Amino acid sequence: MDEFFEATLTVNGMPVTRRVQPRQHLIDFLRDELGLTGSHTACEHGVCGACTVRVDGQIRRGCLTLAVQAHGCSVDTVEGLTDSGELGPLQQAFHERNALQCGFCTPGMLLTAQELVSTQPDATREEIRDFMSGNLCRCTGYQAIVDAIEEVIVTRRRGAQP
Amino acid sequence: MKAPTFAYAKPRTLEEAFALLARYGEAAKVLAGGQSLIASLNMRLAAPSILVDLTAIPGIDGIQLRGDHLAIGALARHRAIERSELVARHAPLLSQAAPHIAHVAIRNAGTIGGSLAMADPAAEWPACCVALQARIVATSPKGERRIAAAQFFKSLFTTALAPDEIITAVEVPVAGANARSAFLELVRRRGDYAIVGLAALAQLERGALTRLRLVYLGVGDTPVVAAGAMAKLEGQRATPEAIAAAQTALEQDLDPVPDLYHSAATKLHLARVLLGRALAALAP
Repeated sequence: MDEFFEATLTVNGMPVTRRVQPRQHLIDFLRDELGLTGSHTACEHGVCGACTVRVDGQIRRGCLTLAVQAHGCSVDTVEGLTDSGELGPLQQAFHERNALQCGFCTPGMLLTAQELVSTQPDATREEIRDFMSGNLCRCTGYQAIVDAIEEVIVTRRRGAQP
Repeated sequence: MKAPTFAYAKPRTLEEAFALLARYGEAAKVLAGGQSLIASLNMRLAAPSILVDLTAIPGIDGIQLRGDHLAIGALARHRAIERSELVARHAPLLSQAAPHIAHVAIRNAGTIGGSLAMADPAAEWPACCVALQARIVATSPKGERRIAAAQFFKSLFTTALAPDEIITAVEVPVAGANARSAFLELVRRRGDYAIVGLAALAQLERGALTRLRLVYLGVGDTPVVAAGAMAKLEGQRATPEAIAAAQTALEQDLDPVPDLYHSAATKLHLARVLLGRALAALAP
């Protein structure tokens, strides 16, 4: 059953139409069809978070989403959110706090952290750990990552005060 | 791993979905959020010939108060339930349980209907629905039928759903003024499947627990109602003696299935620990 579906979606603000196999994951579509290799593929069963992308404004597992499911949706990846500057403060804080080593988990970490920063601007350290629990890092460990995210949240909160 | 090959259809109406299920029978799998199904496809534990994606069908994703119950559409995402003020007010057990479901990226996609249909014995919504005495609304070309949650979960990954039926909603009785609830789960890492979990509900009247419901997850093939422990505590204050008697009664209520890391005895012990914690939360 080698059926193909024509999927039309918006990726990083650009309309894209491709013929896709139903079995193709969104993460493989982004990486293999569109060359957007910033989001990574690792465990392929929803455990590690390396494939985290944004679908219609919310983070998703790219390996637990089929490309056909994203038909009609707006998808954002680390590439687009870097270009738009949205991830800038987190990227800066990750850099300054040494919150990445090999960098494999970083795109997923950034997308998850960005959803946290925008939906829970008063998150405590404990809440940061809780929210980030679905993203695994195998080298730096989590302390520096939590530090970096906390710094962005604290800086924003200070900036928001009159 | 990558999923095997399958066809895909995205019906616009329930009628179209029923026609696809009739045509493909057992070879069809219903897709909602896909957070369990796609993982099982990736691991080649399932090999359907077609996925029937329900997400374009309008009107089955809302959360509404309807008289004495809350109607939660089958396509309501875990995250929507977690953040719903209606749910927090009228079915707080669900608000307490939602954060235990995997991680935010998964809760943004997964649906309550999908979780109930999957009937994973370690999942949160099945145990909550049994505790709440919710009704699962199953719709087929013949119409709707309501199935009590306690009758819905038959065994491991097996439900009372007929092959031509689709879950379209869950109806949860509204919590009364004296209602108390607690949802507790033990996991090795946040977001993992529960080693043991407990959905607990009661009315607290003048310090005494009534209409107590204690439903465990992760201890059997389905959610398990701890009827003996419930009977020991009914009408009682949560004194140390009453709690101890209920914890003892769990030995008859539960016959935990060991997993790779936890023996049956460990799970029984953990179930007792959770019972103590739940009662402290219900009747502080």
